[in-house]
Amino acid sequence: MLAYIIRRLLWTPILLALAAFFVFMMGTLAPGDPAELRLGNRSTPERIERERERMGLNDPIPVRYVSYIAGVLKGDFGDSYHYQGRKVLEILAPRLWVSVQLNIAALIIAVIIGLPLGFYAAKRQGTGRDPAIVISMLILYAMPVFFTAPFLILFFAVQLHWVPAAGWGGFFSTQIILPALTIGIPSAAIFVRHMRASTLEVIGQEYVRTAQAKGMPNFVVNYRHVARNALLPILTIMGFTMAGMFGGSLIIELIYGIPGAGRLSLDAIFQRDFPILTALVLLGAGMLVLANLVIDIAYTIIDPRIRLQ
Amino acid sequence: MATVSQSTSIAPELPPTRGHWRSIWARFRKRKLAFVSLVIITFIYMLGIFAPVIQTHDYQKTNLAQTQQGPSSENWLGTDRLGRDIYTRVVWGIQTTVIITITTFITGSLFLGVTMGLVSGYFRGWIDAVIMRIGEVISAFPDILLIILLAATLKPRIVQFARDIEDSTGISGLVSSGIVDYVVIGIALLPLSWFGMMRLVRGQVLALREAEYVQAARAMGTTTPRILFRHILPNVVSPIIVSVSFGIGAIALAEVMLSFFGLGVQPPRPSLGVMIGEVTARGGASVSVLRDHPEQLLAPIVVVWLLIFCWNIVGDALNDVLNPRAR
Repeated sequence: MLAYIIRRLLWTPILLALAAFFVFMMGTLAPGDPAELRLGNRSTPERIERERERMGLNDPIPVRYVSYIAGVLKGDFGDSYHYQGRKVLEILAPRLWVSVQLNIAALIIAVIIGLPLGFYAAKRQGTGRDPAIVISMLILYAMPVFFTAPFLILFFAVQLHWVPAAGWGGFFSTQIILPALTIGIPSAAIFVRHMRASTLEVIGQEYVRTAQAKGMPNFVVNYRHVARNALLPILTIMGFTMAGMFGGSLIIELIYGIPGAGRLSLDAIFQRDFPILTALVLLGAGMLVLANLVIDIAYTIIDPRIRLQ
Repeated sequence: MATVSQSTSIAPELPPTRGHWRSIWARFRKRKLAFVSLVIITFIYMLGIFAPVIQTHDYQKTNLAQTQQGPSSENWLGTDRLGRDIYTRVVWGIQTTVIITITTFITGSLFLGVTMGLVSGYFRGWIDAVIMRIGEVISAFPDILLIILLAATLKPRIVQFARDIEDSTGISGLVSSGIVDYVVIGIALLPLSWFGMMRLVRGQVLALREAEYVQAARAMGTTTPRILFRHILPNVVSPIIVSVSFGIGAIALAEVMLSFFGLGVQPPRPSLGVMIGEVTARGGASVSVLRDHPEQLLAPIVVVWLLIFCWNIVGDALNDVLNPRAR
C-alpha cells in the first residue's frame, strides 16, 4: 500500500507537468501575436519585434515552456494581454475565490439533499416512494441549468421577491441561494443515485442482519452499520462531481451575473487573453488531480478492505 | 486507482446472432417508459433531419413588425426579438444538435475510442501505457474548461485554414455554410467522447484476450485484425451500445453549452444553445428580457431536457437488457 501511495505521489507531478505542457501548447498555438496585442495594431514592426524579444517570444518552444513552468511554480502565470501590465494571478485569484465559495455552497446543498434522500429511497425499496424518488431525481438531473436558473429567478425573485435575482454579495448573503441551488440540485441527483445503490448493497450484508438480530436499536443499525459503510464509495464520486460542478458553475455565473471565474474566462476568450484562460484551465486541472489524489489515499486509510495493485 | 477487489472473469460468449438481438428488442419493448423515450428521441431527431421540409419560415428572415409575439397560426411558437419564427429556429437547432452528436460519436467514440481500446487491451505493453497516460492527462482537466479552451484556440486556426482552401481551390461558401463550426465543435468535444469508451473497451478486451476461443483462434494462425474485429469486437458490442446511449445526452448538452457561450455554432445559423443564450445571458439586461418573455425559452429548453432525460432512460433500460448480470 505504501508503494502504491509513493507511486501515485511520484506520478502526480509528471501528470501535472504533461497537463501544463498541453495547456501551454494550446496557448502558443492560439492566434494573434501577443506582442502586437499588447502594443496595439498601430505600432511599428520594429517596436513589435523588440517587444517580442523582450517577452521571450522568439525563444524556442522548450525554453519558453521551461520558463513558463518555472514561473508557475513560483505562482507567476505571466502577464495578462488585455489588462496592461497586470499579473494573471492578481486578476484571477479574487474571481476564482468567488467561484470556489459558490461551489462550496452548492456542494453543501447537494450533500444535505442527496445523501439522506438516497438513504431513504434505499430503505423504502419495494414501496412506491423509492421509484418516485429515483424518477424525480432523474428528471432534475436531466434538467439543463438553462432551465433551472431562469425558472428559479422567475419564481423566487421576480414573483415572490424572496431573494435578489442576480448579483454577488459574498458567501453569507441571500444572493448566493439561487445560484447554489442551481448548481447543487443536479449534483444532489447524482448523490441520491449512488447513495441509494451503495446503501442497498450494505443493507444486504450479513453484519447488518446480525446487528438487527441481536436487538440493536434501529437508529444504531441505520447510522453505525449501514450509513457509515454506504458513505465510503460516495467519496470517490465526490471528486468527479466537484469537477462537473465547477464547469457548470461557469455558465451559472453568467446567468446570475456573478463576478467569478466564469465571467472572466468568457471575457478572456473574446479578448484573446489566453494567459488568463490557460492559467484557469491549469489551476482547474491541478485542483482536480490533487482532490482525486487525496480522496484515493484517504480511501485506502478509511477502508482497510481495499487492495491496491 | 483504488479498486475494491473483485473477480473480473468474463465467461466467453458466442457471438450474438440475429435471434439474440430479436430477444433483446422484445425485452426492451416491455419497458414502457424506455420505449416511449425511444419514440420521443426518434421524433425529435426526425424533426431535425427533415428541418428543410417542415420549416414554415426562413430561419434567418427577420420581421421587425412582429417581434416578441406569442404563438399564433402564422408563427406556431411565436417570434423572437428580431421577429424570427421560433418553431423554424428550433427545428433547425435540432438539426445542428443531431449532426454534431452523430459525427462526434462516429469519429470520437466509435472510431477512436473503440479502435484504441481494442489495440490497447489486446497488445498491452507500451502502446497501452502511452494511450492510458494520454487519457489520464486529458481527463485531468475539468471537461467544460477543456472544451472551451480547445474551441477558443482552434477556431481561428480552422477558419483560416478553410479560407485558404477557399482561396486556392475556388470553392466558395465553405466558411459561411457553417461546416467550419461543426468541425471546431467536433474536435473540441473529442476529449469528452473517446477516453471513456476506450477504457471500457480495453477492460473488456483484457479479459477476452485470455478466453479460450481467442487462444484457439490464435493457435490456428488467424491474423490479428481478424481476431480483433471478428472474434473480440462482437462480444464487446453490448457495453458499447450502453455507453453510447448514456454519452449522447452529454455530447448534446456540451454542444448546447458551447453555442450558449458563443463558441459553437455562430448566428445566424440557429442552435438551441444560441437561442437560449439570446434570452438569458446576452448583455446585462438578462433578467428583464427573461421577465418579459420567458415563453421564448420554453421550446428550446424542453427539447434539450427531453433529449437528455430520454437518453438516460433508454441507457438505463439498455443496461438492464443487455447486461443482465450487472443487476
